Amino acid sequence: MEDKNNIALSVRDLKTFFYTNNRCNKAVNGVSFDVEKGKTLCIVGESGCGKSVTAATIMQLLPTLSRIEEGEIKFQKDDKIINIEKLEKNGKEMREIRGSDIAMIFQDPMTALNPVYTVGFQISENLKYHTNLNKKEIREKCISLLNDMGIPLPEKRVDEYPHSYSGGMRQRAMIAMAMACNPKILIADEPTTALDVTIQAQIFELMDKLKKENDTAIILITHDMGVVAELADNVAVMYMGNIVEAGTADDVLRRPTHPYTKALLESVPVLGRGKNQDINPIKGSTPDPYNRPIGCQFAPRCNWQTESCDVMPEITQINETHQVRCHKYEQFFEKYK
Amino acid sequence: MKKEILKLRGLKVHFPVQAGVFNRVVGHVLAVDGVDLDIFRGEVLGLAGESGCGKTTLGKAILRLVEPTDGEVKYISQDDDETELTSLEKKDMDPFRKKLQIVFQDPHSSLNPSFTIFGSLQDPLKKFGIKSKEERRKIIGDLLEAVNMRREYMDRYPHEFSGGQRQRIGIVRALCLEPELIVCDEAVSALDVSIQAQVLKLLMQLKKEKNLTYLFITHDLSVTEYLCDRIAVMYLGRIVELCDSEDLYNNTLHPYSEALISAIPVADLDKQTKRIVLEGDVPSPVNPPKGCPFHPRCPKATDICKTEVPTLKKYSTNGNEHYASCHLIDLPEIS
Repeated sequence: MEDKNNIALSVRDLKTFFYTNNRCNKAVNGVSFDVEKGKTLCIVGESGCGKSVTAATIMQLLPTLSRIEEGEIKFQKDDKIINIEKLEKNGKEMREIRGSDIAMIFQDPMTALNPVYTVGFQISENLKYHTNLNKKEIREKCISLLNDMGIPLPEKRVDEYPHSYSGGMRQRAMIAMAMACNPKILIADEPTTALDVTIQAQIFELMDKLKKENDTAIILITHDMGVVAELADNVAVMYMGNIVEAGTADDVLRRPTHPYTKALLESVPVLGRGKNQDINPIKGSTPDPYNRPIGCQFAPRCNWQTESCDVMPEITQINETHQVRCHKYEQFFEKYK
Repeated sequence: MKKEILKLRGLKVHFPVQAGVFNRVVGHVLAVDGVDLDIFRGEVLGLAGESGCGKTTLGKAILRLVEPTDGEVKYISQDDDETELTSLEKKDMDPFRKKLQIVFQDPHSSLNPSFTIFGSLQDPLKKFGIKSKEERRKIIGDLLEAVNMRREYMDRYPHEFSGGQRQRIGIVRALCLEPELIVCDEAVSALDVSIQAQVLKLLMQLKKEKNLTYLFITHDLSVTEYLCDRIAVMYLGRIVELCDSEDLYNNTLHPYSEALISAIPVADLDKQTKRIVLEGDVPSPVNPPKGCPFHPRCPKATDICKTEVPTLKKYSTNGNEHYASCHLIDLPEIS
C-alpha cells in the first residue's frame, strides 16, 4: 500500500450528507480507502449503508440535495494528482474525467440505457466526446467493443435498440460503454443483482478479463458475500456510512474481526455446507438514518455490546492491510492466532 | 410413510401471444410445458431455475391463480380423498383455497396500501366463516406474535413497515386460514441478507409448529440447499432434475444443474470452484429449441441432443430416487 504509484484512487475521510425536510442524513460519514491498479476492491453492505452514495460521490453524480461535506478524493491521472472533490460538478475537468478515466456500470441495465437511442449510439457518445476518432472509426470501435463483450453479430446488434437486448446483453452493452475509453477505474454498482446466476458468471468472467488485460482498477459494490469471495482482492465492509472493517479478501473473510462482518458471514447459507449448517440472523434491523444510535452504529444489534460502545470507536490497524472499527477487536482477533 | 399432498400430472400452462390488427394468436409462450411432480406431506420441496423458466407460473397454476391449459393437479386430503382441482368450478375451488396458500415475492406490492394490516388480513377469515370481529382480531394478533411482531401492529398501514416486516405480514396472511401447503414464491429474494436469515428461520420454525408443507420457489440454490428436503430444477418450462437436496450438490446428473451450481458465488474462500460459464441466454419459451431444450448452451451436447427430447428418467444415487432428463447419463435406469 505504501507504493504510491500503484494507487489509482485514494479516498480520505469522505463525508457526503443529504439534506431533506430540514434534516441531515449523514449517508457517508468519514470513509477512507485506496484502490490499487489492476485490483478489485469490493464494498459490501446492506441496503442503505452508503455504498452506492460513495460511488456516486466519486463520480460527482450526487443528487441536488446532497453535497460533499469534507474529505479528499485523489485521483491519479498520469503523473498528476487530481482532487476530484474540488472540481466543479459539471465543469470541463470533471466531464473529461467522467466516462473516460473513471467509468461506471449501473445496477439496473433495464433503466440505465435510453430506450429511444440505439445501443451503438449510446456507446459512441462516450467516444465522440473523449477521443479524436472520426465517425467511421467510432463505429468500428463500437462493433469491436460489443464483440469483445461476447455479443453475437455485433455488426447487426450495434444498430438495435435496448429493448431487443436481453438483460445479460444489456448489462454487457453497459460494460462496453464503460470500457469504451479504457478507463483507469471502473466502478460497478451491483452490476449483477438484477441478473441470473449463469449470466452473472458471464459478467464476472468478463470483468476478470478486463482487469487482467487493461490493468483497470475495479470498485465493485455488492451485498453478496459470495461475490466478494470470488472476485475481491480487497474488501471494505460498510455499515451506516462508515467502513467498519477493511483488508484483503483473505483478512476479512478468513479472519473477520468486526462483529458485523462476522454476523454477515453467518447469516447466509453457504452452498455445499448441507442442511445442518447454522445460520444466524442479525437481530433487529438497520437504524433510521435520521435517528442514529450514538457511538458505534452497530452497537444496538451487536451481541458484544458494552458501555464503551457509546463512543464511536476509532479505526485500528491490526496489521499492514487489515483495519477494523471496533473497541473489542482484540478479543476476536486473538482466536485466529 | 410418505403421503402425497399434491400430484401434478402433465401440467401445462401456455399463454397465447397476440399480434396484428385483429389480435390474432401467433404463437404460445410455453411457460410450463408438461410437469409431473409429487409433493409429499410435511416436506419442503425447492423449485429452482433461472428467471423465465416457469417456476412462478407453476406455483400459481397449482393454486389456479393462472388457469392451467392442460394436465391435472390432484389434491389428496389427509383421509386419502383425491380431488382434481383443475376441472373444478370456481366456487367449488374455495374449500381448497383454504388449504393451499401462497406468499408472494414482493412484499412492497402485495399489501394494499390503503388498508390497515387487519383490514387486509380479515377478508379471508370473514369469507371462511369467522363472524365475530373479536375472534378475527384474536387470530391475527396471535399469528403476528408467532412471527415476532407486536399485536398492535395490525392497526397500522403497510407503509409503516420495513421489507422484512411486510414479508412476515405476508406469511401471516398465508397462515391465517391454517393451510396445509404454502407456496413460497421467492419469499426471501427481495430482502437484505440479515433479514433474509430471520425470515428463513421463521419459516422453518412455523413448519415444525404447524406441520406445514412448503413449495419453495427460488433462484438462489444456496437457500434451497439449506431449507429443502428435495429440489426440482426447472429449465424452459420443464423439470430437468429432481432429487434429494444433498444429492443435487454431491451427485449432480444434469449438466444444467451442474452449471447452475458452479455459477453461484460461494462465501467461503476454501470452497472456490471453477465456474462453468454457459454461453448465451435462456432461449425464448415461445419458440424453444428442438430436441433437448438445453442443448444450444450445453457444453456436453451431442447429436442426439439436437433431435430427441429427453424424458425425465428415474435413477438412483446414494440409495435415493433421483430423476433427471438427459441423454448423456451413464447410470442404469430404474423403472
